[in-house]
Amino acid sequence: MQDKQRVVKPHLAEEWVGKIYTLLCIFFLIVTIFSMVYFVASKGIGTFLLPNVNVLDFLTGLKWAPEGSPPAFGALPFIVGSFTTSILAALIAAPLGICAAIFMTEIMPGAGRRYLQPVIELLAGIPSVVYGFIGLSVLVPFLRDVFPGQGIGIAAGSIVLSIMILPTITTIAADALAGLPNSLKEGSYALGATRWQTIYRIILPTTLPALLTGVVLGISRAFGEALAVQMVIGNAPHIPKSLFESTSTLTSVITLSMGNTVSGSPHNSALWSLAFILMAMTFVFVFIVRWLERRSKV
Amino acid sequence: MQATQELGLSAKDLSVYYGSKQAVRNISLDFEKKQVTALIGPSGCGKSTFLRSLNRMNDLISGARVTGEIWIEEDNILDPRVDVVLLRQKIGMVWQRPNPFHKSIYENIAFGPRYHGIKNKKQLDEIVESSLRKAALWEETKDRLHQSALALSGGQQQRLCIARSIAVKPQIILMDEPASALDPVSTAKIEELITELKQDYCIIIVTHNMHQAARVSDKTAFFYMGDLIEHDDTQKLFTNPSQQQTDDYISGRFG
Repeated sequence: MQDKQRVVKPHLAEEWVGKIYTLLCIFFLIVTIFSMVYFVASKGIGTFLLPNVNVLDFLTGLKWAPEGSPPAFGALPFIVGSFTTSILAALIAAPLGICAAIFMTEIMPGAGRRYLQPVIELLAGIPSVVYGFIGLSVLVPFLRDVFPGQGIGIAAGSIVLSIMILPTITTIAADALAGLPNSLKEGSYALGATRWQTIYRIILPTTLPALLTGVVLGISRAFGEALAVQMVIGNAPHIPKSLFESTSTLTSVITLSMGNTVSGSPHNSALWSLAFILMAMTFVFVFIVRWLERRSKV
Repeated sequence: MQATQELGLSAKDLSVYYGSKQAVRNISLDFEKKQVTALIGPSGCGKSTFLRSLNRMNDLISGARVTGEIWIEEDNILDPRVDVVLLRQKIGMVWQRPNPFHKSIYENIAFGPRYHGIKNKKQLDEIVESSLRKAALWEETKDRLHQSALALSGGQQQRLCIARSIAVKPQIILMDEPASALDPVSTAKIEELITELKQDYCIIIVTHNMHQAARVSDKTAFFYMGDLIEHDDTQKLFTNPSQQQTDDYISGRFG
Protein backbone atom coordinates (compact mmCIF):
# COMPACT_ATOMS: atom_id res chain seq x y z
CA MET A 1 0.00 0.00 0.00
CA GLN A 2 2.71 2.43 1.02
CA ASP A 3 4.81 1.40 -1.96
CA LYS A 4 1.96 2.05 -4.31
CA GLN A 5 1.40 5.58 -3.04
CA ARG A 6 5.06 6.42 -3.33
CA VAL A 7 4.93 5.41 -6.98
CA VAL A 8 1.75 7.21 -7.85
CA LYS A 9 2.12 10.56 -6.19
CA PRO A 10 5.02 12.16 -8.13
CA HIS A 11 3.34 11.24 -11.41
CA LEU A 12 0.11 12.76 -10.26
CA ALA A 13 1.92 16.02 -9.67
CA GLU A 14 3.48 15.95 -13.13
CA GLU A 15 0.12 15.22 -14.58
CA TRP A 16 -1.36 18.29 -12.89
CA VAL A 17 1.50 20.58 -13.81
CA GLY A 18 1.15 19.53 -17.44
CA LYS A 19 -2.57 19.93 -17.39
CA ILE A 20 -2.47 23.40 -15.85
CA TYR A 21 0.28 24.53 -18.19
CA THR A 22 -1.55 23.45 -21.34
CA LEU A 23 -4.78 24.91 -19.99
CA LEU A 24 -3.07 28.25 -19.43
CA CYS A 25 -1.69 28.23 -22.97
CA ILE A 26 -5.03 27.47 -24.54
CA PHE A 27 -6.71 30.06 -22.31
CA PHE A 28 -4.21 32.69 -23.42
CA LEU A 29 -4.82 31.79 -27.07
CA ILE A 30 -8.58 31.96 -26.74
CA VAL A 31 -8.43 35.29 -24.93
CA THR A 32 -6.18 36.69 -27.68
CA ILE A 33 -8.50 35.55 -30.45
CA PHE A 34 -11.63 36.82 -28.74
CA SER A 35 -10.15 40.16 -27.83
CA MET A 36 -8.99 40.65 -31.42
CA VAL A 37 -12.41 39.81 -32.77
CA TYR A 38 -13.98 42.10 -30.17
CA PHE A 39 -11.56 44.92 -30.95
CA VAL A 40 -12.07 44.78 -34.72
CA ALA A 41 -15.82 44.42 -34.33
CA SER A 42 -16.19 47.30 -31.86
CA LYS A 43 -14.09 49.57 -34.05
CA GLY A 44 -15.83 48.46 -37.22
CA ILE A 45 -19.30 48.95 -35.82
CA GLY A 46 -18.57 52.66 -35.36
CA THR A 47 -19.28 53.28 -39.04
CA PHE A 48 -22.84 52.12 -38.74
CA LEU A 49 -23.52 54.41 -35.80
CA LEU A 50 -22.96 57.42 -38.06
CA PRO A 51 -26.04 59.12 -39.51
CA ASN A 52 -26.93 58.05 -43.06
CA VAL A 53 -24.80 54.89 -43.06
CA ASN A 54 -26.40 51.47 -42.71
CA VAL A 55 -25.02 47.99 -43.22
CA LEU A 56 -26.79 47.41 -46.52
CA ASP A 57 -25.55 50.68 -48.01
CA PHE A 58 -22.07 49.85 -46.85
CA LEU A 59 -22.06 46.41 -48.45
CA THR A 60 -23.76 47.40 -51.70
CA GLY A 61 -22.77 51.04 -52.19
CA LEU A 62 -20.65 51.82 -55.20
CA LYS A 63 -19.22 55.17 -54.13
CA TRP A 64 -16.29 55.36 -51.72
CA ALA A 65 -15.53 58.94 -50.65
CA PRO A 66 -14.96 58.92 -46.89
CA GLU A 67 -13.46 62.39 -46.82
CA GLY A 68 -16.02 63.96 -49.18
CA SER A 69 -18.99 66.09 -48.19
CA PRO A 70 -21.29 64.38 -47.77
CA PRO A 71 -19.04 61.34 -47.19
CA ALA A 72 -19.98 58.10 -48.99
CA PHE A 73 -19.11 54.64 -47.69
CA GLY A 74 -19.82 52.10 -50.43
CA ALA A 75 -17.49 49.11 -50.04
CA LEU A 76 -18.83 46.97 -52.88
CA PRO A 77 -15.95 47.77 -55.28
CA PHE A 78 -13.44 46.45 -52.74
CA ILE A 79 -15.48 43.35 -51.96
CA VAL A 80 -15.81 42.64 -55.68
CA GLY A 81 -12.10 43.33 -56.19
CA SER A 82 -11.06 40.99 -53.39
CA PHE A 83 -13.28 38.15 -54.53
CA THR A 84 -12.44 38.40 -58.23
CA THR A 85 -8.67 38.59 -57.68
CA SER A 86 -8.61 35.69 -55.21
CA ILE A 87 -10.92 33.44 -57.19
CA LEU A 88 -9.13 34.16 -60.47
CA ALA A 89 -5.83 33.48 -58.74
CA ALA A 90 -7.18 30.13 -57.57
CA LEU A 91 -8.46 29.34 -61.06
CA ILE A 92 -4.96 29.88 -62.41
CA ALA A 93 -3.08 28.19 -59.57
CA ALA A 94 -5.35 25.19 -58.91
CA PRO A 95 -4.80 23.34 -62.21
CA LEU A 96 -1.09 24.16 -62.15
CA GLY A 97 -0.64 23.12 -58.53
CA ILE A 98 -2.70 19.95 -58.74
CA CYS A 99 -1.01 18.86 -61.96
CA ALA A 100 2.40 19.55 -60.44
CA ALA A 101 1.39 17.47 -57.43
CA ILE A 102 0.27 14.59 -59.67
CA PHE A 103 3.58 14.76 -61.49
CA MET A 104 5.54 14.72 -58.25
CA THR A 105 3.63 11.84 -56.66
CA GLU A 106 2.45 9.65 -59.51
CA ILE A 107 4.68 10.20 -62.48
CA MET A 108 8.10 10.89 -61.00
CA PRO A 109 7.74 10.07 -57.32
CA GLY A 110 11.46 9.85 -56.58
CA ALA A 111 12.96 12.99 -58.04
CA GLY A 112 9.65 14.84 -57.95
CA ARG A 113 9.25 14.79 -54.21
CA ARG A 114 12.96 15.13 -53.54
CA TYR A 115 13.73 18.10 -55.80
CA LEU A 116 10.56 19.65 -57.18
CA GLN A 117 8.58 19.97 -53.98
CA PRO A 118 11.28 21.91 -52.09
CA VAL A 119 11.60 24.23 -55.08
CA ILE A 120 7.87 24.92 -55.11
CA GLU A 121 7.81 25.32 -51.34
CA LEU A 122 10.57 27.89 -51.75
CA LEU A 123 7.97 30.10 -53.44
CA ALA A 124 6.16 30.29 -50.11
CA GLY A 125 9.20 31.82 -48.45
CA ILE A 126 9.61 34.77 -50.82
CA PRO A 127 8.39 37.99 -49.13
CA SER A 128 5.27 39.44 -50.64
CA VAL A 129 6.93 42.78 -51.33
CA VAL A 130 9.30 40.97 -53.70
CA TYR A 131 6.35 39.47 -55.51
CA GLY A 132 4.77 42.90 -55.79
CA PHE A 133 7.98 44.40 -57.04
CA ILE A 134 8.47 41.73 -59.70
CA GLY A 135 4.82 42.07 -60.67
CA LEU A 136 5.17 45.81 -60.99
CA SER A 137 8.39 45.82 -63.00
CA VAL A 138 7.90 42.69 -65.16
CA LEU A 139 4.26 41.69 -65.32
CA VAL A 140 2.60 45.11 -65.50
CA PRO A 141 4.73 46.39 -68.44
CA PHE A 142 4.13 43.09 -70.25
CA LEU A 143 0.36 43.31 -69.78
CA ARG A 144 0.44 46.97 -70.82
CA ASP A 145 2.15 46.05 -74.10
CA VAL A 146 -0.03 43.07 -74.92
CA PHE A 147 -3.47 44.14 -73.74
CA PRO A 148 -5.31 47.44 -73.86
CA GLY A 149 -5.10 49.49 -70.66
CA GLN A 150 -2.45 50.40 -68.12
CA GLY A 151 -1.38 46.88 -67.27
CA ILE A 152 -2.37 47.34 -63.65
CA GLY A 153 -5.62 45.80 -62.46
CA ILE A 154 -7.27 42.51 -61.62
CA ALA A 155 -5.30 40.51 -64.20
CA ALA A 156 -1.95 41.60 -62.78
CA GLY A 157 -3.15 41.10 -59.20
CA SER A 158 -4.53 37.62 -59.91
CA ILE A 159 -1.38 36.43 -61.66
CA VAL A 160 0.88 37.62 -58.85
CA LEU A 161 -1.43 36.05 -56.27
CA SER A 162 -1.64 32.80 -58.21
CA ILE A 163 2.12 32.34 -57.95
CA MET A 164 2.00 33.17 -54.26
CA ILE A 165 -0.66 30.56 -53.50
CA LEU A 166 0.83 27.90 -55.78
CA PRO A 167 2.92 26.31 -53.00
CA THR A 168 -0.10 26.05 -50.67
CA ILE A 169 -2.17 24.24 -53.27
CA THR A 170 0.69 22.06 -54.51
CA THR A 171 1.89 20.97 -51.07
CA ILE A 172 -1.55 20.06 -49.79
CA ALA A 173 -2.39 18.24 -53.03
CA ALA A 174 0.92 16.35 -53.02
CA ASP A 175 0.41 15.27 -49.40
CA ALA A 176 -3.11 14.10 -50.15
CA LEU A 177 -2.04 12.17 -53.24
CA ALA A 178 0.91 10.58 -51.48
CA GLY A 179 -1.33 9.56 -48.60
CA LEU A 180 -3.68 7.63 -50.84
CA PRO A 181 -3.40 3.89 -50.09
CA ASN A 182 -1.36 2.08 -52.71
CA SER A 183 -3.89 -0.72 -52.77
CA LEU A 184 -6.44 1.53 -54.48
CA LYS A 185 -4.06 2.33 -57.33
CA GLU A 186 -3.05 -1.32 -57.63
CA GLY A 187 -6.71 -2.30 -57.75
CA SER A 188 -7.22 0.01 -60.67
CA TYR A 189 -4.06 -1.05 -62.52
CA ALA A 190 -4.91 -4.71 -62.00
CA LEU A 191 -8.20 -4.18 -63.82
CA GLY A 192 -6.23 -3.04 -66.82
CA ALA A 193 -6.58 0.70 -66.30
CA THR A 194 -3.88 2.91 -67.73
CA ARG A 195 -2.06 5.44 -65.59
CA TRP A 196 -4.16 8.30 -66.90
CA GLN A 197 -7.41 6.41 -66.28
CA THR A 198 -6.24 5.57 -62.78
CA ILE A 199 -5.37 9.19 -62.04
CA TYR A 200 -8.54 10.56 -63.56
CA ARG A 201 -11.06 7.99 -62.32
CA ILE A 202 -9.63 6.83 -58.99
CA ILE A 203 -6.96 9.10 -57.61
CA LEU A 204 -8.53 12.50 -58.29
CA PRO A 205 -12.11 11.64 -57.20
CA THR A 206 -10.87 9.94 -54.03
CA THR A 207 -8.67 12.85 -52.99
CA LEU A 208 -11.05 15.58 -54.19
CA PRO A 209 -12.01 16.93 -50.74
CA ALA A 210 -8.35 17.30 -49.79
CA LEU A 211 -7.54 18.95 -53.12
CA LEU A 212 -10.39 21.42 -52.57
CA THR A 213 -9.10 22.10 -49.07
CA GLY A 214 -5.83 23.22 -50.64
CA VAL A 215 -7.65 25.43 -53.11
CA VAL A 216 -9.80 27.07 -50.41
CA LEU A 217 -6.74 27.68 -48.23
CA GLY A 218 -5.11 29.22 -51.29
CA ILE A 219 -8.11 31.49 -51.87
CA SER A 220 -8.10 32.53 -48.25
CA ARG A 221 -4.41 33.36 -48.43
CA ALA A 222 -4.98 35.37 -51.61
CA PHE A 223 -7.93 37.10 -49.97
CA GLY A 224 -5.79 38.29 -47.07
CA GLU A 225 -2.70 39.25 -49.07
CA ALA A 226 -2.27 43.02 -49.14
CA LEU A 227 1.11 44.31 -50.14
CA ALA A 228 1.79 42.53 -53.42
CA VAL A 229 -1.74 43.17 -54.63
CA GLN A 230 -1.67 46.81 -53.68
CA MET A 231 1.49 47.29 -55.76
CA VAL A 232 -0.03 46.02 -59.01
CA ILE A 233 -3.76 46.60 -58.81
CA GLY A 234 -3.91 50.39 -59.27
CA ASN A 235 -6.07 51.20 -56.23
CA ALA A 236 -8.90 53.10 -57.91
CA PRO A 237 -12.05 52.78 -55.78
CA HIS A 238 -14.50 51.57 -58.40
CA ILE A 239 -15.63 48.34 -60.04
CA PRO A 240 -13.58 47.86 -63.21
CA LYS A 241 -15.13 47.02 -66.55
CA SER A 242 -12.18 44.94 -67.68
CA LEU A 243 -9.41 42.88 -66.13
CA PHE A 244 -6.88 45.53 -67.13
CA GLU A 245 -8.43 48.47 -65.36
CA SER A 246 -7.31 49.89 -62.04
CA THR A 247 -9.32 48.75 -59.01
CA SER A 248 -8.91 47.98 -55.29
CA THR A 249 -9.31 45.16 -52.83
CA LEU A 250 -10.34 45.22 -49.18
CA THR A 251 -6.74 44.74 -48.11
CA SER A 252 -5.18 47.25 -50.47
CA VAL A 253 -7.51 50.07 -49.46
CA ILE A 254 -6.79 49.41 -45.78
CA THR A 255 -3.00 49.40 -46.11
CA LEU A 256 -3.11 52.45 -48.35
CA SER A 257 -5.36 54.65 -46.20
CA MET A 258 -4.76 53.47 -42.62
CA GLY A 259 -1.83 55.81 -42.01
CA ASN A 260 -3.70 58.88 -43.21
CA THR A 261 -6.72 58.69 -40.95
CA VAL A 262 -7.33 59.93 -37.42
CA SER A 263 -8.42 57.32 -34.94
CA GLY A 264 -12.15 57.56 -34.33
CA SER A 265 -12.89 59.54 -37.46
CA PRO A 266 -15.58 58.23 -39.83
CA HIS A 267 -12.91 57.32 -42.41
CA ASN A 268 -10.95 55.36 -39.81
CA SER A 269 -14.07 53.50 -38.63
CA ALA A 270 -14.94 52.65 -42.21
CA LEU A 271 -11.53 51.01 -42.66
CA TRP A 272 -12.14 48.98 -39.52
CA SER A 273 -15.45 47.89 -40.99
CA LEU A 274 -13.56 46.67 -44.08
CA ALA A 275 -11.17 44.80 -41.79
CA PHE A 276 -14.13 43.23 -40.09
CA ILE A 277 -15.47 42.00 -43.45
CA LEU A 278 -12.05 40.51 -44.22
CA MET A 279 -11.99 38.74 -40.89
CA ALA A 280 -15.51 37.40 -41.30
CA MET A 281 -14.63 36.09 -44.75
CA THR A 282 -11.55 34.35 -43.36
CA PHE A 283 -13.75 32.62 -40.79
CA VAL A 284 -16.03 31.50 -43.60
CA PHE A 285 -13.05 30.02 -45.45
CA VAL A 286 -11.89 28.22 -42.31
CA PHE A 287 -15.34 26.71 -41.87
CA ILE A 288 -15.39 25.58 -45.50
CA VAL A 289 -12.03 23.88 -45.00
CA ARG A 290 -13.22 22.16 -41.81
CA TRP A 291 -16.30 20.96 -43.61
CA LEU A 292 -14.26 19.59 -46.52
CA GLU A 293 -11.88 17.85 -44.14
CA ARG A 294 -14.74 16.16 -42.38
CA ARG A 295 -16.04 14.93 -45.72
CA SER A 296 -12.68 13.56 -46.77
CA LYS A 297 -12.63 11.22 -43.77
CA VAL A 298 -15.74 9.32 -44.91
CA MET B 1 -10.69 -33.44 -64.78
CA GLN B 2 -8.11 -35.54 -66.55
CA ALA B 3 -9.41 -34.38 -69.89
CA THR B 4 -8.83 -30.68 -69.19
CA GLN B 5 -5.09 -30.62 -68.82
CA GLU B 6 -4.91 -27.35 -70.73
CA LEU B 7 -2.28 -24.92 -69.63
CA GLY B 8 -3.60 -21.65 -68.29
CA LEU B 9 -0.28 -20.08 -67.51
CA SER B 10 3.26 -21.27 -67.54
CA ALA B 11 6.32 -19.73 -65.91
CA LYS B 12 9.78 -20.71 -67.13
CA ASP B 13 12.98 -19.88 -65.25
CA LEU B 14 11.32 -16.94 -63.60
CA SER B 15 13.53 -14.81 -61.37
CA VAL B 16 12.64 -11.59 -59.63
CA TYR B 17 15.18 -9.16 -58.23
CA TYR B 18 14.62 -6.21 -55.93
CA GLY B 19 17.72 -4.17 -56.60
CA SER B 20 20.52 -6.70 -56.12
CA LYS B 21 18.50 -9.02 -53.91
CA GLN B 22 17.02 -12.02 -55.68
CA ALA B 23 13.55 -12.70 -54.28
CA VAL B 24 12.53 -15.49 -56.65
CA ARG B 25 15.07 -17.94 -58.10
CA ASN B 26 14.58 -19.60 -61.49
CA ILE B 27 11.14 -20.95 -60.86
CA SER B 28 9.34 -22.98 -63.52
CA LEU B 29 5.74 -23.70 -62.76
CA ASP B 30 2.68 -24.62 -64.84
CA PHE B 31 -0.86 -23.66 -63.96
CA GLU B 32 -3.71 -25.56 -65.52
CA LYS B 33 -7.06 -24.18 -66.52
CA LYS B 34 -10.02 -24.91 -64.27
CA GLN B 35 -7.76 -25.68 -61.37
CA VAL B 36 -6.77 -23.96 -58.18
CA THR B 37 -3.08 -23.82 -57.43
CA ALA B 38 -2.05 -22.81 -53.94
CA LEU B 39 1.32 -21.20 -53.26
CA ILE B 40 2.43 -21.81 -49.69
CA GLY B 41 5.57 -21.06 -47.73
CA PRO B 42 6.83 -18.94 -44.85
CA SER B 43 6.75 -15.11 -45.02
CA GLY B 44 9.36 -13.68 -47.34
CA CYS B 45 9.69 -16.88 -49.35
CA GLY B 46 8.87 -15.10 -52.60
CA LYS B 47 5.41 -16.48 -53.22
CA SER B 48 3.68 -13.07 -53.30
CA THR B 49 6.46 -11.62 -55.42
CA PHE B 50 6.07 -14.53 -57.81
CA LEU B 51 2.31 -13.97 -57.94
CA ARG B 52 2.72 -10.26 -58.62
CA SER B 53 5.00 -10.99 -61.58
CA LEU B 54 2.27 -12.96 -63.27
CA ASN B 55 0.28 -9.85 -64.18
CA ARG B 56 3.30 -7.56 -64.18
CA MET B 57 2.28 -5.71 -61.03
CA ASN B 58 5.97 -5.66 -60.16
CA ASP B 59 6.33 -3.08 -62.92
CA LEU B 60 4.92 -0.58 -60.42
CA ILE B 61 7.71 -1.19 -57.92
CA SER B 62 10.82 0.77 -58.75
CA GLY B 63 13.92 -1.38 -58.64
CA ALA B 64 12.09 -4.62 -59.31
CA ARG B 65 13.39 -6.66 -62.25
CA VAL B 66 11.91 -9.83 -63.65
CA THR B 67 13.74 -12.32 -65.89
CA GLY B 68 12.58 -15.53 -67.52
CA GLU B 69 9.38 -16.23 -69.39
CA ILE B 70 5.72 -16.39 -68.53
CA TRP B 71 3.55 -17.87 -71.24
CA ILE B 72 -0.15 -17.29 -71.56
CA GLU B 73 -1.36 -19.04 -74.66
CA GLU B 74 0.91 -17.80 -77.45
CA ASP B 75 2.35 -14.80 -75.67
CA ASN B 76 5.23 -14.25 -73.32
CA ILE B 77 3.95 -11.78 -70.73
CA LEU B 78 7.42 -10.42 -70.07
CA ASP B 79 7.89 -9.41 -73.68
CA PRO B 80 8.25 -5.61 -73.69
CA ARG B 81 5.78 -5.41 -76.57
CA VAL B 82 3.01 -6.86 -74.41
CA ASP B 83 0.23 -4.41 -73.66
CA VAL B 84 -0.15 -4.60 -69.87
CA VAL B 85 -3.63 -3.15 -70.17
CA LEU B 86 -4.80 -6.13 -72.24
CA LEU B 87 -2.76 -8.51 -70.12
CA ARG B 88 -4.35 -7.37 -66.88
CA GLN B 89 -7.72 -7.76 -68.47
CA LYS B 90 -6.89 -11.45 -68.92
CA ILE B 91 -5.38 -11.86 -65.47
CA GLY B 92 -7.40 -10.47 -62.57
CA MET B 93 -6.08 -9.96 -59.08
CA VAL B 94 -7.47 -9.91 -55.55
CA TRP B 95 -5.49 -8.69 -52.55
CA GLN B 96 -5.18 -9.52 -48.89
CA ARG B 97 -7.01 -6.40 -47.80
CA PRO B 98 -10.18 -5.64 -49.70
CA ASN B 99 -9.56 -2.46 -51.69
CA PRO B 100 -12.93 -1.30 -53.01
CA PHE B 101 -12.88 2.08 -54.72
CA HIS B 102 -14.59 4.96 -52.94
CA LYS B 103 -17.60 4.59 -55.19
CA SER B 104 -20.94 2.81 -55.23
CA ILE B 105 -21.14 -0.98 -55.46
CA TYR B 106 -22.38 -0.64 -59.04
CA GLU B 107 -19.55 1.70 -60.04
CA ASN B 108 -16.95 -0.59 -58.50
CA ILE B 109 -17.99 -3.39 -60.82
CA ALA B 110 -18.71 -1.23 -63.87
CA PHE B 111 -15.30 0.44 -63.54
CA GLY B 112 -13.29 -2.24 -65.35
CA PRO B 113 -15.73 -2.90 -68.22
CA ARG B 114 -16.04 0.86 -68.81
CA TYR B 115 -12.29 1.06 -69.25
CA HIS B 116 -12.46 -1.60 -71.84
CA GLY B 117 -14.97 0.32 -73.86
CA ILE B 118 -18.40 -0.86 -72.74
CA LYS B 119 -20.65 2.19 -72.50
CA ASN B 120 -24.09 0.68 -73.06
CA LYS B 121 -26.07 1.01 -69.83
CA LYS B 122 -27.99 -2.22 -70.33
CA GLN B 123 -24.86 -4.19 -71.04
CA LEU B 124 -23.19 -2.74 -67.94
CA ASP B 125 -26.25 -3.62 -65.84
CA GLU B 126 -25.98 -7.20 -67.03
CA ILE B 127 -22.27 -7.41 -66.30
CA VAL B 128 -22.80 -5.97 -62.81
CA GLU B 129 -25.53 -8.47 -62.05
CA SER B 130 -23.76 -11.52 -63.43
CA SER B 131 -20.46 -10.61 -61.73
CA LEU B 132 -22.18 -10.09 -58.39
CA ARG B 133 -24.05 -13.36 -58.82
CA LYS B 134 -20.85 -15.23 -59.57
CA ALA B 135 -19.25 -13.71 -56.49
CA ALA B 136 -22.28 -14.77 -54.41
CA LEU B 137 -22.98 -11.18 -53.47
CA TRP B 138 -26.03 -10.38 -55.58
CA GLU B 139 -28.69 -11.31 -53.01
CA GLU B 140 -27.05 -9.17 -50.35
CA THR B 141 -26.51 -6.11 -52.51
CA LYS B 142 -29.17 -6.01 -55.23
CA ASP B 143 -31.25 -3.46 -53.29
CA ARG B 144 -28.37 -1.12 -52.60
CA LEU B 145 -26.25 -1.17 -55.72
CA HIS B 146 -25.89 2.58 -55.67
CA GLN B 147 -24.73 2.87 -52.08
CA SER B 148 -21.08 3.24 -51.17
CA ALA B 149 -19.04 0.05 -51.34
CA LEU B 150 -17.27 1.17 -48.18
CA ALA B 151 -20.44 0.48 -46.18
CA LEU B 152 -20.12 -3.25 -46.85
CA SER B 153 -18.52 -5.62 -44.32
CA GLY B 154 -14.94 -6.78 -44.87
CA GLY B 155 -16.04 -10.14 -46.23
CA GLN B 156 -18.55 -8.51 -48.55
CA GLN B 157 -15.91 -6.02 -49.71
CA GLN B 158 -13.59 -8.88 -50.56
CA ARG B 159 -16.30 -10.64 -52.56
CA LEU B 160 -16.98 -7.30 -54.26
CA CYS B 161 -13.31 -7.14 -55.23
CA ILE B 162 -13.57 -10.64 -56.66
CA ALA B 163 -16.71 -9.61 -58.56
CA ARG B 164 -14.86 -6.55 -59.80
CA SER B 165 -12.07 -8.65 -61.26
CA ILE B 166 -14.55 -11.12 -62.79
CA ALA B 167 -16.35 -8.24 -64.50
CA VAL B 168 -13.54 -7.77 -67.04
CA LYS B 169 -13.84 -11.46 -68.00
CA PRO B 170 -10.37 -12.68 -67.10
CA GLN B 171 -9.05 -16.19 -67.73
CA ILE B 172 -6.91 -16.29 -64.67
CA ILE B 173 -7.47 -14.87 -61.19
CA LEU B 174 -4.56 -14.25 -58.85
CA MET B 175 -5.39 -14.11 -55.14
CA ASP B 176 -2.90 -12.85 -52.59
CA GLU B 177 -4.06 -14.21 -49.22
CA PRO B 178 -7.66 -13.29 -50.02
CA ALA B 179 -9.09 -14.42 -46.70
CA SER B 180 -6.38 -13.65 -44.18
CA ALA B 181 -7.99 -10.38 -43.06
CA LEU B 182 -11.46 -11.93 -42.70
CA ASP B 183 -13.40 -13.73 -39.98
CA PRO B 184 -14.05 -17.49 -40.23
CA VAL B 185 -17.55 -17.13 -41.67
CA SER B 186 -16.41 -14.78 -44.44
CA THR B 187 -13.40 -16.99 -45.03
CA ALA B 188 -15.66 -20.00 -45.55
CA LYS B 189 -17.69 -17.99 -48.06
CA ILE B 190 -14.59 -16.96 -49.97
CA GLU B 191 -13.36 -20.54 -50.06
CA GLU B 192 -16.73 -21.74 -51.29
CA LEU B 193 -16.57 -19.06 -53.94
CA ILE B 194 -13.10 -20.12 -55.05
CA THR B 195 -14.31 -23.70 -55.50
CA GLU B 196 -17.24 -22.35 -57.49
CA LEU B 197 -15.08 -20.10 -59.71
CA LYS B 198 -12.71 -22.94 -60.48
CA GLN B 199 -15.18 -24.21 -63.06
CA ASP B 200 -14.47 -21.20 -65.26
CA TYR B 201 -11.10 -19.83 -64.29
CA CYS B 202 -7.55 -20.76 -63.57
CA ILE B 203 -7.00 -19.62 -59.99
CA ILE B 204 -3.66 -19.07 -58.30
CA ILE B 205 -3.87 -18.36 -54.60
CA VAL B 206 -1.20 -17.40 -52.09
CA THR B 207 -2.10 -18.47 -48.59
CA HIS B 208 -0.56 -18.76 -45.15
CA ASN B 209 -3.31 -21.03 -44.00
CA MET B 210 -2.34 -24.57 -44.86
CA HIS B 211 -5.77 -25.92 -44.07
CA GLN B 212 -7.12 -23.46 -46.58
CA ALA B 213 -4.64 -24.64 -49.21
CA ALA B 214 -5.64 -28.23 -48.49
CA ARG B 215 -9.34 -27.38 -48.71
CA VAL B 216 -9.51 -25.31 -51.87
CA SER B 217 -6.59 -26.24 -54.12
CA ASP B 218 -5.93 -29.00 -56.62
CA LYS B 219 -2.21 -28.36 -56.85
CA THR B 220 0.09 -26.89 -54.25
CA ALA B 221 3.52 -25.35 -54.67
CA PHE B 222 5.79 -24.94 -51.67
CA PHE B 223 8.19 -22.01 -51.80
CA TYR B 224 11.12 -21.49 -49.50
CA MET B 225 13.70 -18.69 -49.60
CA GLY B 226 12.87 -17.83 -53.19
CA ASP B 227 13.11 -21.42 -54.39
CA LEU B 228 10.35 -23.74 -55.46
CA ILE B 229 10.83 -26.78 -53.24
CA GLU B 230 7.95 -28.93 -54.32
CA HIS B 231 4.96 -28.78 -56.64
CA ASP B 232 2.44 -31.58 -56.68
CA ASP B 233 -1.18 -32.56 -56.30
CA THR B 234 -2.43 -31.01 -53.08
CA GLN B 235 -3.54 -34.38 -51.80
CA LYS B 236 -0.10 -35.87 -52.26
CA LEU B 237 1.88 -32.87 -51.06
CA PHE B 238 0.02 -32.71 -47.77
CA THR B 239 -0.04 -36.45 -47.06
CA ASN B 240 3.13 -37.72 -48.58
CA PRO B 241 5.54 -34.95 -49.55
CA SER B 242 8.64 -35.99 -51.42
CA GLN B 243 10.89 -33.33 -49.87
CA GLN B 244 11.96 -33.25 -46.22
CA GLN B 245 11.62 -29.43 -46.10
CA THR B 246 8.02 -29.63 -47.23
CA ASP B 247 7.27 -32.22 -44.61
CA ASP B 248 8.85 -30.05 -41.93
CA TYR B 249 6.88 -27.00 -43.00
CA ILE B 250 3.45 -28.57 -43.30
CA SER B 251 3.87 -30.40 -40.01
CA GLY B 252 4.80 -27.10 -38.36
CA ARG B 253 8.42 -27.84 -37.48
CA PHE B 254 9.57 -24.52 -38.91
CA GLY B 255 8.24 -21.43 -40.63
